[in-house]
Amino acid sequence: MIEVRQVNKIFNDRPVLIDVCATFESGKVNMVIGKSGSGKTVLLKSLVGLHSIDTGQIFFDGRDFHTLKQKERIEIRKEVGMLFQGGALFDSSTIEENVMFPLDMFTNDTQQEKLKRVNFCLERVNLHGINDLYPSELSGGMQKRAAIARAIALNPKYLFCDEPNSGLDPQTAIVIDNLIKEITYDFGITTVVNTHDLNSVLSVSDTIVFIYEGRSWWNGTKERMLTTDNQELNEFLFSSEIMRRIKT
Amino acid sequence: MNVFFHVGRYVAFLVKVFSRPEKHTIWIRQFFKEVQKLGLSSTGIIILVSLFIGAAITIQMAYNITSPLVPDYVISLTTRDTMLLEFSSTIISLVLAGKVGSNVASEIGSMRVNEQIDALEIMGINSSSFLVLPKILAFVFFIPFLVIISMFVGIGGGWLSTVFMNVITPQDYIEGIQLAFIPYYVTYSIIKSLVFAFLIVTISAYQGYYVSGGALEVGKASTKAVVYSIVMVLLFDLILTKLLLS
Repeated sequence: MIEVRQVNKIFNDRPVLIDVCATFESGKVNMVIGKSGSGKTVLLKSLVGLHSIDTGQIFFDGRDFHTLKQKERIEIRKEVGMLFQGGALFDSSTIEENVMFPLDMFTNDTQQEKLKRVNFCLERVNLHGINDLYPSELSGGMQKRAAIARAIALNPKYLFCDEPNSGLDPQTAIVIDNLIKEITYDFGITTVVNTHDLNSVLSVSDTIVFIYEGRSWWNGTKERMLTTDNQELNEFLFSSEIMRRIKT
Repeated sequence: MNVFFHVGRYVAFLVKVFSRPEKHTIWIRQFFKEVQKLGLSSTGIIILVSLFIGAAITIQMAYNITSPLVPDYVISLTTRDTMLLEFSSTIISLVLAGKVGSNVASEIGSMRVNEQIDALEIMGINSSSFLVLPKILAFVFFIPFLVIISMFVGIGGGWLSTVFMNVITPQDYIEGIQLAFIPYYVTYSIIKSLVFAFLIVTISAYQGYYVSGGALEVGKASTKAVVYSIVMVLLFDLILTKLLLS
């Protein structure tokens, strides 16, 4: 479980996160939603330590991340997998080398053991026979799946996904969403997904945090979300004509 | 103020770069990859440039030294000393600032804008050390070989000009390059090249590492890397020459 308590972050005198509070539960797909520029990505990057926070606390199963020593933080980071918006696969390495990379760095497994794990992870994301291809030879959806394979290579306790569906067609987006959900349930991972894709929110989310102008404005489930009378959330959800028609 | 900011951040960056590698086996693999990418792959351009410049210097020397009082072998002697003292270290480093500097800055810059550096950090890896240290050590390790190759090929280029262009006789040329040879010139040249190699890779890596934005910014960082590397190579050429030869 990850707990965020009154986190504040200021960039160039502009507050980006203001007293953000949230709880992301284990074995669930926890979604962070909000408009572009609302502070979602800054929150995610603060969670994984890519941004330092100005005040507040972030607990990883009771461990306050930002007060830990560098060595202890690195230990937590080894428990973290992250799926970036663009996949962030290493261009100059093959898919096999990409997925094997965390195993090379942090395990003392034999080459055979590592290869077995790589193949398991690639199978898990339904990628077959692409071990020797380079990222540039794959489609966007396949790159995302390969990136998920790399993220789960070390059996992470926490999985962070930043806009996993950006740039994907609706069908591929559903495949990625379902994959994230299956992996979360199979391995009991605490998964945090940043998105503004309502399809994803409605199909795979277990809990939702709505960020509005840097504040954690609303939280709950998708069922509650659809019937909420929170004005800002409603404006975000039903901003399009078609969504308003669906609601009425 | 901007200069102080960059100098401070550059020093802080170097402190992070020179930290203990996470895993030695991976690090050694990276080192040899970089030797191939930055060093071995530069050999062709170094041979080409040195061959032609060596020949051109010999022709220019012959053109300038027209006095009958000066023997012909002086032409090859000055060609040799020009190659040893300045060309094979400084000019070759300027060529390498273009090739290696832009390569390092664009590679690391692309990794930054594509979030690959963030991916390394999240895995708990010191990205600056992992990416930059093998490049620095590989290039510093390999540059003396490039300098020595350049010296031989440049002097060889001069000899070819005597054979095919009849500038002076090949015998005079051979006599001149053996005359009054000072081995320290080679040492001086190699010392300079080691410093230049360090400057080229660290400045270029710094430019790439702190890039933000997209492809346009990576291009700008690459240009800055080459320009700043060249300026620093020229500045340190002056400083080292004063320190080592006076």
